[in-house]
Amino acid sequence: MSKKVEYLEQVTIRFAGDSGDGMQLSGTQFSNTSGIVGNSVNTFPDYPSEIRAPEGTLYGVSAYQIQFGSKKVNTIGDKLDVLVAMNASSLKVNLPNVREGGIIIANTAGFGDKNLKLAKYDANPLEDGSLDKYRLFKINISDIVKEELADLKLSLKYTERTKNIFALGLTYWLFNRPTEPTAKWLGEKFGKKPEILEANLRALKAGYNYGLNSEEMTTQYDIKSANLEKGYYRNITGNEACALGLVAAANKAKLPLFLGSYPITPATEILHFISGYKKFGVKVLQAEDEIAGICSAIGAAYGGYLSSTTTSGPGLSLKVEAMGLAVILELPLVIIDVQRAGPSTGMPTKPEQGDLFMALYGRHGEAPIPVIAASSAADCFAMTIEAARLATKYMTPVILLTDGYLAQGTEPWRIPPIEELPDIKVEFATVKEEFAPYKRDAETLARMWAVPGTIGLEHRIGGLEKEDYTGLVSQDPKNHQKMVEIRAQKVQNIANDIPDAELMGEESGDLLVIGWGSSYGAIKTAYEKLTAEGKKLSYVHLKYLNPLPKNLGDIMSRFERIFVPEINLGQLQTVLQSTFIRPVIGYHKVQGLPFKAFEIEDQLNELLANKGGK
Amino acid sequence: MRNILEDIVINHVSDPAGLTPKDFKNELDVRWCAGCGGYSILSQVQRIMPTLGIPKEKITFVSGIGCSSRFPYYMDVYGFHSIHGRALAIASGLKIARPDLSVWIATGDGDCMSIGGNHFIHACRRNVDLNILMFNNEIYSLTKGQYSPLSRPGQKTKTSPMGVLDDPFNPAALALGSGATFVARGYDKDPKMLQYLFERAAQHKGIAFVEIYANCVIFNDGAFDNYTEKDKRAETTVWLEHGKPLIFGTNNDKGVILDGFTPRVVSLSDGKYSANDLIVHNEHDSTLAFILANMTYNEDVPRPIGVFQAIARPSYEEKVEWQINDAITKYGEGDLNALMRGDEYWEI
Repeated sequence: MSKKVEYLEQVTIRFAGDSGDGMQLSGTQFSNTSGIVGNSVNTFPDYPSEIRAPEGTLYGVSAYQIQFGSKKVNTIGDKLDVLVAMNASSLKVNLPNVREGGIIIANTAGFGDKNLKLAKYDANPLEDGSLDKYRLFKINISDIVKEELADLKLSLKYTERTKNIFALGLTYWLFNRPTEPTAKWLGEKFGKKPEILEANLRALKAGYNYGLNSEEMTTQYDIKSANLEKGYYRNITGNEACALGLVAAANKAKLPLFLGSYPITPATEILHFISGYKKFGVKVLQAEDEIAGICSAIGAAYGGYLSSTTTSGPGLSLKVEAMGLAVILELPLVIIDVQRAGPSTGMPTKPEQGDLFMALYGRHGEAPIPVIAASSAADCFAMTIEAARLATKYMTPVILLTDGYLAQGTEPWRIPPIEELPDIKVEFATVKEEFAPYKRDAETLARMWAVPGTIGLEHRIGGLEKEDYTGLVSQDPKNHQKMVEIRAQKVQNIANDIPDAELMGEESGDLLVIGWGSSYGAIKTAYEKLTAEGKKLSYVHLKYLNPLPKNLGDIMSRFERIFVPEINLGQLQTVLQSTFIRPVIGYHKVQGLPFKAFEIEDQLNELLANKGGK
Repeated sequence: MRNILEDIVINHVSDPAGLTPKDFKNELDVRWCAGCGGYSILSQVQRIMPTLGIPKEKITFVSGIGCSSRFPYYMDVYGFHSIHGRALAIASGLKIARPDLSVWIATGDGDCMSIGGNHFIHACRRNVDLNILMFNNEIYSLTKGQYSPLSRPGQKTKTSPMGVLDDPFNPAALALGSGATFVARGYDKDPKMLQYLFERAAQHKGIAFVEIYANCVIFNDGAFDNYTEKDKRAETTVWLEHGKPLIFGTNNDKGVILDGFTPRVVSLSDGKYSANDLIVHNEHDSTLAFILANMTYNEDVPRPIGVFQAIARPSYEEKVEWQINDAITKYGEGDLNALMRGDEYWEI
């Protein structure tokens, strides 16, 4: 059968089904295979916070979205080019995001009366013409796999479970990807269960062949490989990147690593990963609560470890007092906050940028802490190492902000050989004659790090205000002012040690967009699209939030209007307004969802059309 | 520890021989009230430190907040005065990171049993090798006289002018119930006893909890007089000694028997009971330890003082190291490049 091959620049596909349908697996495999063929990839799993929501319901829908392309893909894509819907509920939930003319692959077995009722459909959307705007492929996947696996003596329940692999095979055909990487992965996963391996391999092949032989599917698509830097690549989530970043930082600092943490969505995986790194000598305490998580980490930092604690919003709230202790102790500590929608329990699996104020200001007293933010899943690796570098060099806790979107989303990461990463220079105090607990480095103002077990350096530290240099408890008014100012100046000094903000686009002009954190992908995509259209605007993405890059004020002064889109009610907007005493235009989306590129694009177009307005 | 810590703290260790109590004192003036029970505790700790055979630089005191938590400032060793209730969480992290250290905690009944209650039960459960000295004065002193979770029902304080409504914790029973491997009680007025208990705590591998009745002269003066004054304590307390029957009284003429599971006082002078009928203390018997701990607030029996329980169980930080060593033995030392590559990677 002759089929047409059409080349596309980028495609967004979403696998959607019931929580138990294995959509996360299909999505991960599709993403990995797309990486292997050299595409740029960006993904996000979207699943309900309930472990197993009732079957077939609207709120039980689990999905995995992937955008892949032949040039750098910065987001998971706004509109779906392809939706794989395993049942009626997953169609209903996701249909609003499918672009007109997009492909819908529907498993008709998931559209029975019961499914339709659970999805609150009055009529079967596959039959009533309501999907005429789309290219609909109706396939009874359940029946096909049943038939394919009939001779394998597997239970019906198990046979049904290979539906997701069939769907994966079909999408592999549709986008001209090899099935071998998934076949190899299945072989490793089910090597000890030959019947199950056979069932999955057959389902994969059946899906692929279905596309190959289908008379309806006349077009196959291909996406050329992206022009990526040479090296080894893998797909990585933000959480795994943070975990690897901590181990790598400890290695480069020649320090042992400690993590004190308490499970909390969506940060828990960092604790999972680090718990699996025992052969690297890493020590982990799953503490009794968030407070013990950070306090044990402070104890380990006092003992000379590269120490860290990981959490999300509610946990950060609980750690606040101990963060103040780490500030006055001037001990290094990496605090990773994987932001989620708040306040309170909020929406645990949904991302938000609502903790910026808390990270910057959320402590009693004058308690400055450096705050940095990762801009993509892979960037979490570099920024974790950066947090460790700043913490040890300046003897301070450092907060790294990521969020649920970065934590669980993946993108290909060029794996840096550990030997290529720069060393983190750490020195402990050892010489009695040269030691005082709060003796400082003239340049950084960092105090000396003397660990218990060092002969002759016995000294006392604590949460009471200290006299500078001697570290003795002091209630002296002038000393307190001096210490408050030193701690502030020490954090400000970091501005001399971080890269300048990078300005993309015009050097000066009308409109400057400033973003931070995970909105990088959406803003960058919108920015690139508009500049390609010849529109005049510029863009800065901030990774350092306290202190801000030294050149930021200068850059801002060269633009008439500043626009700051955030997943909160304008926290960076407020910081920039008060720091640089000038109005900043905000755009605030607080829905537990990341920005879509078109949302930013629409805002920017409106601003560009109404110069001087808003 | 293959890292820059190793050279400093593993390869360089001082000789503890020749240390004296003076080596553990520093120049700071101790600022507890005159007559505070803390002075005796500080002095006994300084006295036993040289006898432990531990290099001075390996000793670290961690505290929380409260009068007792000023303790680390008065010792010439490593000291960490932290925040309210968190000493045990901090000390746990320190000891897990640094098993080579001897880690002590100075805490009070508010710091340890109220705001720090959660950390206390979990530190006991994990059996981290820490020595907890809990100064119990049955009151909040630093904040000037509010009731604590160990205050007595009916006790009048600034926040309970009509008397405390809460029932107190029984610290020994709480520690035992939380899985503490070493549990003891002593009081400030008997220096020799405290020295003995502190030495035992130091020698114990795993968590060691010592409750110390410490008189607060200002806000709860005399709270323990009935059990600690020389003219009363023989009749009101019983000293627990491993392998010995529970005998007490000014003339050693009373004993404690078990009537079912209930301890009961009997006379040894009327010929009905002899020492052979009495409870014989066994530090390794957890069931007995509970029974003894539950004598604490029972007015019909003497209050037990001494070591309730001392049982051997691997300590947490030791198990952490075993697991790491197991992982290295089984899989070899970690290859960071391989870890970063993961299972699925490709070359471009």
